[in-house]
Amino acid sequence: MNMQAETGEFIAKKYEPKGPVVLDCYVKNIYYGDFRAVRDTTIPVEKNKVTGFIGPSGCGKSTVLRSMNRMNDLIDSFRFEGHIQYHDHDIYSKKVDAVIVRRYIGMVFQLPNPFSMSIYDNVAFGLRLNGYKGDEEEMVVKALKRAAIWNDVKDKLKNSGLSLSGGQQQRLCIARAIATEPDVLLMDEPCSALDPIATRQIEELMVELKQHYSVALVTHNMQQAMRVADVTAFLGVDISNGGRTGYLVEMDDTKKIFEDPQQLLTKQYVRGEFS
Amino acid sequence: MVHDPFKDSASGKTLSAPPSPSDYMKDSVFRSFAYLCALSIILLLAYIVFELGSQALPAIKEHGLGFITGTTWDTNQNEFGVLPEIWGTLYSSLLALLIGGGLGVAIAIFLTQGFMHAKIEVMFRTIIELLAAIPSVVYGLWGIYVLIPLIRPAAHWLHETFGWFPLFSTDLSGPGLAPAALVLAIMILPTVAAISADAFRRIPYKVKEAAYGMGATKWEVILKVMLPTASSGILAGLVLGFGRALGETMALAMLIGNVNDISVSLFAPANTLASLLASTFPEAGEIEIQALMYASLVLLLITFVVNVAGLAVQQYTMRKFEGKK
Repeated sequence: MNMQAETGEFIAKKYEPKGPVVLDCYVKNIYYGDFRAVRDTTIPVEKNKVTGFIGPSGCGKSTVLRSMNRMNDLIDSFRFEGHIQYHDHDIYSKKVDAVIVRRYIGMVFQLPNPFSMSIYDNVAFGLRLNGYKGDEEEMVVKALKRAAIWNDVKDKLKNSGLSLSGGQQQRLCIARAIATEPDVLLMDEPCSALDPIATRQIEELMVELKQHYSVALVTHNMQQAMRVADVTAFLGVDISNGGRTGYLVEMDDTKKIFEDPQQLLTKQYVRGEFS
Repeated sequence: MVHDPFKDSASGKTLSAPPSPSDYMKDSVFRSFAYLCALSIILLLAYIVFELGSQALPAIKEHGLGFITGTTWDTNQNEFGVLPEIWGTLYSSLLALLIGGGLGVAIAIFLTQGFMHAKIEVMFRTIIELLAAIPSVVYGLWGIYVLIPLIRPAAHWLHETFGWFPLFSTDLSGPGLAPAALVLAIMILPTVAAISADAFRRIPYKVKEAAYGMGATKWEVILKVMLPTASSGILAGLVLGFGRALGETMALAMLIGNVNDISVSLFAPANTLASLLASTFPEAGEIEIQALMYASLVLLLITFVVNVAGLAVQQYTMRKFEGKK
């Protein structure tokens, strides 16, 4: 078992990526003010793979995911120690503008958050932002089809995105995020508002997306991780010293994590012995 | 006794119980009270309209619609027309809405979109709310002693240089449309700013997050996402501000010049319905009072139409942007 030299805190065995890495994420510490939210977490997101994040509530998996496109910059007290390399550039370098990071590394959120505009405009939003010169309509339709919502909305593209039901709104948001075909797509429990059929379609989308892009997926649903993630990272919560600090416990091929985990915590978690 | 059909068949151990008779009574008492309050507002409005109407009736009978299209107000010749006042009311209010509305929305954005430290934000908000607490007569005095001398050189220069342009076709000789509209703009600014700022604050954090998540710059987030999302609230603020501008009396009576002319020029003196009422009432005879009542009916009608139109636009944007029926 690896320990941190000074503090004696557990450090997970490093996962050796088998292919090229698109986002090399090393979190030494993430703080919200004085609160240490995550420590010692190394997660390489491999190219053309789905990397799953599982773990109990409060383990910092969403925090780590949101750090990967600097969404946490919106929170004043957020402080990041470590580095996240995207194509050999540290996205946390002072020279890099967070806006550009987010254009290449897209995000789907846990709760549906469509804009107060038409369904069509919602999906075209990113295309217009990025100055897309091609056939906008074609890309919008393509994104809506891939997000498995085309049949629901094809007759009412001019209606407000907010007129849709919760599950439809979430798929609309997924369409909005993939319309610009971002290099990396971060998905934060994207299916928690969806029924099993829509969930299935979104999972198929993830598998399809990884042909050309890379996906990082936070999920509470272990079956979902088993179905779509190629590699899975399991994060735990350290409640010693009165804190609630998340850290990486184990990361490996999904099959290995679920069938032959090396850490006792991982074993208990994937068997549902604690949550 | 309250009828409870489930008591006998439910498990004997359940703690569920029906509301007591007094609970039901509180309900109905509160409901009646709410209805009564709502009804009294409607009755009050109806009474005001009725009273105004009956007092204006002789004038309505005598002048008919010619009152609205007439351009002279002469007690001696018994000739009354309020077209210049209608024009002045709408023109000054629209100008004020343009200036004060634009500034108000800009201030709302500035206050809510994280441009400054929270403490300075609170300070700014308080200052703007204080603007609403200044009595309108003070605004009038400030306009006469500070604003008019202040804008006079600029107005003179504009008239000299761009005199061919209808907006600057006359010189500012003292009171006039421009100072009146500027003061009106300042007066409606707190209303617009406060209501718009509330509309911005009501936008859920997740919307902002989504916009930034798409890789939008701050400017793009505000302009393309926050503004359309807040639009129905902003419109409500604009309608209220416009309504206030239409009815504003004292400051305008002091600043607009009270001249029954119709002019496009920003620097020409003009008159508004409210200011006509305020300045003519004290010395009006019976016939003139009837005409003034007619004028106040016209003002009431304009305010009503503006509010209804504003409501319609607001509901249209709600349907368009928020998908609400």
